[in-house]
Amino acid sequence: MKYVEEFRDRALAERLAATIRAEVDPARDYNFMEFCGGHTHAIFRYGVQDLVPANVHFVHGPGCPVCILPIRRLDDAIELVERHGVILCSYGDMLRVPASKRRSLMSVKAEGGDVRMVYSTLDALDVARKNPDREVVFLGIGFETTTPPTALAIRQAEIEGLTNFSVFCNHVLTPAAIRHILDAPEIDPAQAVRLDGFLGPSHVSAVIGSEPYEFLSESYAKPVVIAGFEPLDVLHSVLMLIRQVNEGRVAVENQYARVVTREGNTRAQALVAEIFERRAAFEWRGLGSVPDSALSIRESYGAFDAERRFALSAKTSREVKSCECPAILRGVKKPKDCKLFGTVCTPDNPMGSCMVSSEGACAAYWTYRRAETLAEMAADRACVAAGLEDAA
Amino acid sequence: MSVMESIDREPGRRPTIRPDERVTMSHGGGGRATAELIRRIFAPHFANPLLEQGHDVARLERPEGRIVVSTDGHVISPLFFPGGDIGSLAVHGTLNDVAMGGARPIALTAGFVIEEGFALADLERIAASMGAAARRAGVPIATGDTKVVERGKGDGVFITTTGIGVVPDGVEIGPDRLAAGQAVLLSGTLGDHGVAILSQRQGLEFGTTIRSDSAALHRMVADMVAAAPGLALLRDPTRGGLSATLNELVEGTRLGIAIDEAAIPVRGEVASACELLGLDPLHIANEGKLVCICDARDAEPLLAVMRRHPEGREAVRIGSVTAEQPGFVRMTTAIGGTRIVDWLSGEQLPRIC
Ligand code: SF4
Repeated sequence: MKYVEEFRDRALAERLAATIRAEVDPARDYNFMEFCGGHTHAIFRYGVQDLVPANVHFVHGPGCPVCILPIRRLDDAIELVERHGVILCSYGDMLRVPASKRRSLMSVKAEGGDVRMVYSTLDALDVARKNPDREVVFLGIGFETTTPPTALAIRQAEIEGLTNFSVFCNHVLTPAAIRHILDAPEIDPAQAVRLDGFLGPSHVSAVIGSEPYEFLSESYAKPVVIAGFEPLDVLHSVLMLIRQVNEGRVAVENQYARVVTREGNTRAQALVAEIFERRAAFEWRGLGSVPDSALSIRESYGAFDAERRFALSAKTSREVKSCECPAILRGVKKPKDCKLFGTVCTPDNPMGSCMVSSEGACAAYWTYRRAETLAEMAADRACVAAGLEDAA
Repeated sequence: MSVMESIDREPGRRPTIRPDERVTMSHGGGGRATAELIRRIFAPHFANPLLEQGHDVARLERPEGRIVVSTDGHVISPLFFPGGDIGSLAVHGTLNDVAMGGARPIALTAGFVIEEGFALADLERIAASMGAAARRAGVPIATGDTKVVERGKGDGVFITTTGIGVVPDGVEIGPDRLAAGQAVLLSGTLGDHGVAILSQRQGLEFGTTIRSDSAALHRMVADMVAAAPGLALLRDPTRGGLSATLNELVEGTRLGIAIDEAAIPVRGEVASACELLGLDPLHIANEGKLVCICDARDAEPLLAVMRRHPEGREAVRIGSVTAEQPGFVRMTTAIGGTRIVDWLSGEQLPRIC
């Protein structure tokens, strides 16, 4: 605990905040995207915004694995349960995410579908061992951090000859998504958000290293600081980004050097490469089809690939119409821009994925800042009303 | 012999329970087997004159003051955990509910629903722990009931306890007494009970020495009420943790509560376990802690009283009742930012009290 407390020290935080205040250029704005949902959560959980000046903005990125899974894939998972009668094992967060027609894995379970919440891939293997006469599918989601455990499970299933176990693979890749955001039209300086730099993911980077971000400084001239998850890490990284911007430097810097190296965890990378290969493209909620942004299971391990084992029908999957998750995931809108926020959509009754995961932006605003957010929404509405009156 | 003498008496010798003995349906049938179960398991541990009246009812003397009643069902899993078991928990939980009304508990009742096949030795362990908890608290278990359900229709043992207590005149405790400027006190560390239970759960085993804080708080409360009869409110932050307790108080009212994260005591191990499991100590159940809201000038004297009791040794002031941001609980975070302290959303972790 000592170790953790060191990174939450109030006096240290105040010193960092004072340095940031002294160094920011009041004449400009700083827009930094924290890619990772873990950072979004830490920023809100500790009120990091309160320690930085008002012209330093956090733009919340799409790094919340639950949030970016398109509804279509969730509908597919439901089909695995209902049409193919499999036992579907999933991490808990995924159960409450709304699928088409206001359904969710939770409601499927309540209607009698065999959906089980697991804490790890090992639990899912256990379910497969205990139910040899049933098909057991693990719903694999997540970025580079959750991929190695899924790879391990597949290898273990192969060693044990667990022929009733397979994975519905939705593992995605961080760097491709960042590239896509920078290529997207909204990020054009003429359009909505100008991004001045990135807070790079910490756990993901522990696996892939810092090298995969170098294209950001090289091809896009964007500063990157790989940041730890503790609130002081975030503050420190913000200071490092501000310095790069002020000095006109562009580099990949590593604030989280206590864990992240340039090469990353090469053993984990090798394991992942043995079992997975890149998909040509993958659909992300909010980002659309992103080239080279996800993994599928290699043919040599095809027996463990639920997509090969079970025929999945074509479907027209629908999001809730006014849900702004897609724009929020691209960083061009904030939860307060969604008219469902806090009225129709709350964590107890989520309309979109961003309200479900604790790493989702809507859930973070709701849980930690809803008093301010609801007040801002009311003020925005009053503004619009006044504008309409003026126009009339 | 007075009630107190009787319940202080150690249980005498009794026939031993064999490890292979199990609860059967006939133990709940109301016939000889039921009587036998009560004679062998419950009577020796619960022994007190109220029980020994041998009626279907327990007759209490009419006390001075107003009477409060509180009831609570206990369905905890696992039944035995570091720092306690379902028996002591059922006693402490209900004593605390009574005490939070500012009352002095005078009697308890206990209803058991036991699953067929449950080991008699385990039942005895639970009865012994309940009896000991009641004796330590100085409050007799005045009457009880036993039912057996078929195998598969229960989960070992469920216990419902009811407590009766007396509120001294002049003590008016209740949420309507809250006012801006009052102090919010907490009797000690958060999260010990919930994390102790979680640490025993299958699939979540992690090495820890955290023990449940399960304890009876009525003696500390009696001293607090005597020291500051005007105190506004007492609550035990059980299910849903401190955040649920505080939110319940202000939601829908014209008041808010502001607390300071740095002031809230959390054991290092509890904090690390929460970190690991992605939980917030503010959401975790406690079974031996209380929150007290009082006039700001009573805060220090009350803290001094609390700290004289083992259950209140780490008592601190954690915040204030405010008129700003009504309806919300706000917290200054460890690093000096601010945020709302929200109810836990989604599912409560399964059955920890
Ligand atoms: S508030 Fe709900 S509906 Fe609106 S964008 Fe967020 S998740 Fe979607």
